[in-house]
Parts: sequence; structure tokens; C-alpha cells
Amino acid sequence: MPNIHMHYVVPGDDFTRAGEASADLKARLKKLGMPSDAVRKVAIALYEGEINLAIHAGGGEIEVQVFPDKVEMTLTDTGPGIPDIDLAMRAGWSTAPDEVRSLGFGAGMGLPNMKNYADDFEIESEVGVGTRVFMRVNVA
Amino acid sequence: MTTDDFAQMPDFTVAVPGESRPVASVYCADLLSWAMGRAPADAAWCTVMGNVNAVAVAHLADVAAIVLCEDAVLDEDAREKAAQQGVIIVRTGLPAFAAGVAIAQHAGLL
Ligand SMILES: Nc1ncnc2c1ncn2[C@@H]1O[C@H](COP(=O)(O)OP(=O)(O)OP(=O)(O)O)[C@@H](O)[C@H]1O
Ligand SMILES: [Mg+2]
Repeated sequence: MPNIHMHYVVPGDDFTRAGEASADLKARLKKLGMPSDAVRKVAIALYEGEINLAIHAGGGEIEVQVFPDKVEMTLTDTGPGIPDIDLAMRAGWSTAPDEVRSLGFGAGMGLPNMKNYADDFEIESEVGVGTRVFMRVNVA
Repeated sequence: MTTDDFAQMPDFTVAVPGESRPVASVYCADLLSWAMGRAPADAAWCTVMGNVNAVAVAHLADVAAIVLCEDAVLDEDAREKAAQQGVIIVRTGLPAFAAGVAIAQHAGLL
């Protein structure tokens, strides 16, 4: 599998378009012949991150590196940041506004899902500066 | 069972057809991140969410089909996106639990 580098810009507050980066990456990995369980883990972890960029951060950017044995994804934004990361990581914690809750978001499960589906998950955030999430999915 | 079976099942109508795939289990939830994190691949996902975001979740979590329950609304843009992404959508007037039971019975899962 060749090394591939992808860059995606995620628009803020456009919840109909959010998910396009994840769908695009899924299609590319499938085409490369990556095992479907690894593709699924990448797709799930990246979608949750992509949606968080759109909902909570006013948009952001995604860098993806595909290696033969792993996929690395870095999501960065210059949004409001997360005051308490431990709290944000807790299943069920959400500050999602009502209008996105009515679309089915706001379960407070996105970050736990990312941590669960990624083999390595790192998050750092500074209030007023932004948030950076790194995820690695191993390809068995 | 496969997704083709829905066409013959009472109470179910196929709203967005697609390539046949196996139905291995049933999962019921409406909040998208629960479905994303917990729905197994190849599950029939019973939900009332008929929007584009549900289609994206179904596509990325690789479920067998969305089973839109309680005659819930299927948005036009969701229908288009499902057709484009190959996500099968089946509609029913049954609530999610009853729909799940009917599918599980048909699939011999009970
Ligand atoms: N990139 C981000 N910038 C700012 N805040 C964030 C960001 N990502 C997550 N958060 C905060 O962390 C909380 C928890 O995120 P998580 O993804 O787990 O749940 P959610 O997005 O609220 O709901 P769900 O993902 O289940 O639809 C969010 O409600 C938000 O307050
Ligand atoms: Mg989220």
C-alpha cells in the first residue's frame, strides 16, 4: 500500500456536508484494499472528530497519513477550546445546542467513540486557542 | 437473511434499494453517536432518524440497512445521499422494538 497524505478542510456549522471527509477517506482506503474492519475503525473515529469540528469548533482541518500498517489522523481547529478535557471525554457529557440535538447529535459519545475505535488517541486543548486531536488506527 | 428479504416482508417497504447484503443483527438507537459506536457492521439499524446525518452514520458504520420506524420522515436530501452512497433504507410503521423483533424472527436470530 503506498503512503498517502490527505488534507481536508471541514466547514463550520454545515452539518449536511460534515462527514464528507470521512466518506472520502473511507472510499480511498477501500480502493487501496485495506481490510474492512480497519477501514470501519478509521471511518467511525474520523467522522466523530469531523462532526465535532463542525459543531463545536466552527470548522477545522484534518491531516491524514496512510501507511501500510497504520492510518494517522490529526484534527486541528481554532475554536473555543475545551475547558475540562476529562469531563468532555466522559460518556454522556455534551454542550451541543438544541438545534443539533434535534438532528441526533449531542449524546456525548463522540470523544469516547474516538478513543474506543482508535488504537492511539491524544487530545490537547486550550480555551480561546483551539483543539488538536491525534488518532492512530493500526492496520492488522 | 439478506436485505433483499425486506421487499417480501409484511409491514416493510424498501424506500432506497441497494446491493444485497447480509443482515447479521439488529440494533436500535436514535442518537447518532450511540449508533456510530455500538451498531455492529451488517446490523439492521432501527431508528426514527431519517436525515442526511443518519445516512452518513449508516454508511461509515457499515450497517446493512437503515430501518426507518414509526413512519418517520425520510428527508429528500437523505434519500438522495443514501442512493448515492449505496445505503439501503427500509420503511415501516412499526416502532423500533417491534421492527427489530420482526427482523430478528425473519433472520432466525431469536
Ligand atoms: N473540537 C472541539 N472544540 C471545542 N469543544 C469540543 C470539541 N470537541 C468536543 N468538544 C466538547 O466536548 C463535548 C463532548 O464531545 P463529544 O463528541 O463526546 O459529544 P458531543 O459532540 O456533544 O455529542 P455526540 O458526539 O455524541 O453527538 C462537546 O459537547 C463539546 O463541549
Ligand atoms: Mg461529538
